[in-house]
Amino acid sequence: MDVIIENLPQYWDGFLRTLFLSVVSGIIALIVGTVLAAARVSPVAALRGFSMVYVEIVRNTPLTIAFFFAAVVLPRLGITFQQFEVAAIIALSAYTSAFIAEAVRSGVNSVPVGQAEAARSIGMKFSQVLTLIILPQALRTVIPPLINILIALVKNSSVAGAFYVLELFGYGKQLANANGDAVVWVLVGIAFFYLLITVPLGFLANFVERKVAIAR
Amino acid sequence: MSSVLYDVPGPKARRISLIGSIIGVIVIGGLLVLAVMTLAQQGIFDPKRWAVFQIPDVWVLIGNGIGATLAAAAVAAVIAFPLGLLVCLLRISDNAWVRMPIRVVLEFLRGMPVVLMMLFVLLVFATSSFVAVVAGLVLYNSAIFAEIIRAGIQSLPKGQREAGLAIGLTSFQSRLTIELPQAIRRMLPSLVAQLVVLLKDTSLGYIVAYGELLRAVQVMADFLGPQYLFPVFFVAAAIYIAIDLAVSRLAIWLERRGSKRAAGGVAHVPVAGIPTK
Repeated sequence: MDVIIENLPQYWDGFLRTLFLSVVSGIIALIVGTVLAAARVSPVAALRGFSMVYVEIVRNTPLTIAFFFAAVVLPRLGITFQQFEVAAIIALSAYTSAFIAEAVRSGVNSVPVGQAEAARSIGMKFSQVLTLIILPQALRTVIPPLINILIALVKNSSVAGAFYVLELFGYGKQLANANGDAVVWVLVGIAFFYLLITVPLGFLANFVERKVAIAR
Repeated sequence: MSSVLYDVPGPKARRISLIGSIIGVIVIGGLLVLAVMTLAQQGIFDPKRWAVFQIPDVWVLIGNGIGATLAAAAVAAVIAFPLGLLVCLLRISDNAWVRMPIRVVLEFLRGMPVVLMMLFVLLVFATSSFVAVVAGLVLYNSAIFAEIIRAGIQSLPKGQREAGLAIGLTSFQSRLTIELPQAIRRMLPSLVAQLVVLLKDTSLGYIVAYGELLRAVQVMADFLGPQYLFPVFFVAAAIYIAIDLAVSRLAIWLERRGSKRAAGGVAHVPVAGIPTK
């Protein structure tokens, strides 16, 4: 127990970095994912194809491979980063955006057909149908799965700890090495800080899900 | 292709779409060419670098890496599935003293990074990295399997359980003989999708120094020299993704086939293997 209190500054620093990685990657992934989903239902065949191939490949790529690529392979190819956080954010947002695209697309499919028909019959273009009618409703219904994806993102950010970023997991490894006699407590402390983010998010997902279920 | 989102394109829209597609293909193609040229400048396509694949030992190492990956995934799946079933039965037990603690444990496991569990087992129980990888995967995935099967049981019509109890089956008999078989069948696509997640997560073994495919790549690059990193990584990543794609396809195939055969259809494969109800 003492080991947690003694190293509280490290824990806090790691917690903030985990939060930072998750928030920045989450925002990028939400934007890229929504654009990918829009491309997937667009009338332009090339956009549809690109979005489909991207999502299919990235969804089936292990996250560690994405990280290895961003943090180890890219620098060897001449693309170097001042900070490894950048590599971590690239890997995390590229990976997460594919899942967000799939979720948003399933939301688009869940919007009743009549909505799009009504919008078209009053003369809206595809871009208007999508941005004014379909996406607002689709995003609303997919909020619970989106939160679940963001929870997964927070947990996935732990992989960054193995690729030179000192976030919670990175500190966990460091502290576990330094305090060989108190490994259990070191890792329990790390687990606590992860739960501090993931459990409230899980409750939020359940809450929103009930709200949306009633509203529909 | 027509969609409810836009009118069937007329000649003008088709022309614009075609031009747009061509421009898109040119842009993406241009970026690819740029990437390839940058790589070529680095000497990536130097045949000498790719000659590394003529060394039989390289293939032996890659083969061992794949074997280690599949072994960890198979062992973890075989343990996690029955365990998930058991945990699911406890989670929906009529006794609150059984149900609530299990619920807390499940919330805990689902909110925890898998790597952290692997590291915990590795350091605290001083096991081999194989045991740590399998234990981490089993802990996490049995929790997810339990939640998936629970979602399946809850999606069954209430009458199934009522009828079971009415003909004199005990609660446990009804779960085992009436509800579980139907629930598992309905959730088969989700369960296979979760298997893909499990397979992907074996790559986390890299972090706890388990000799899976990515670790094999690292070892080869360290041993042969950094110039071989890219070719070996490229081939290993392609193999990994190909295996995952194949299992994903299996999930989609099961969903299509199942929606025709299983009573009441199968549940749609949720995103990211998370049951969304």
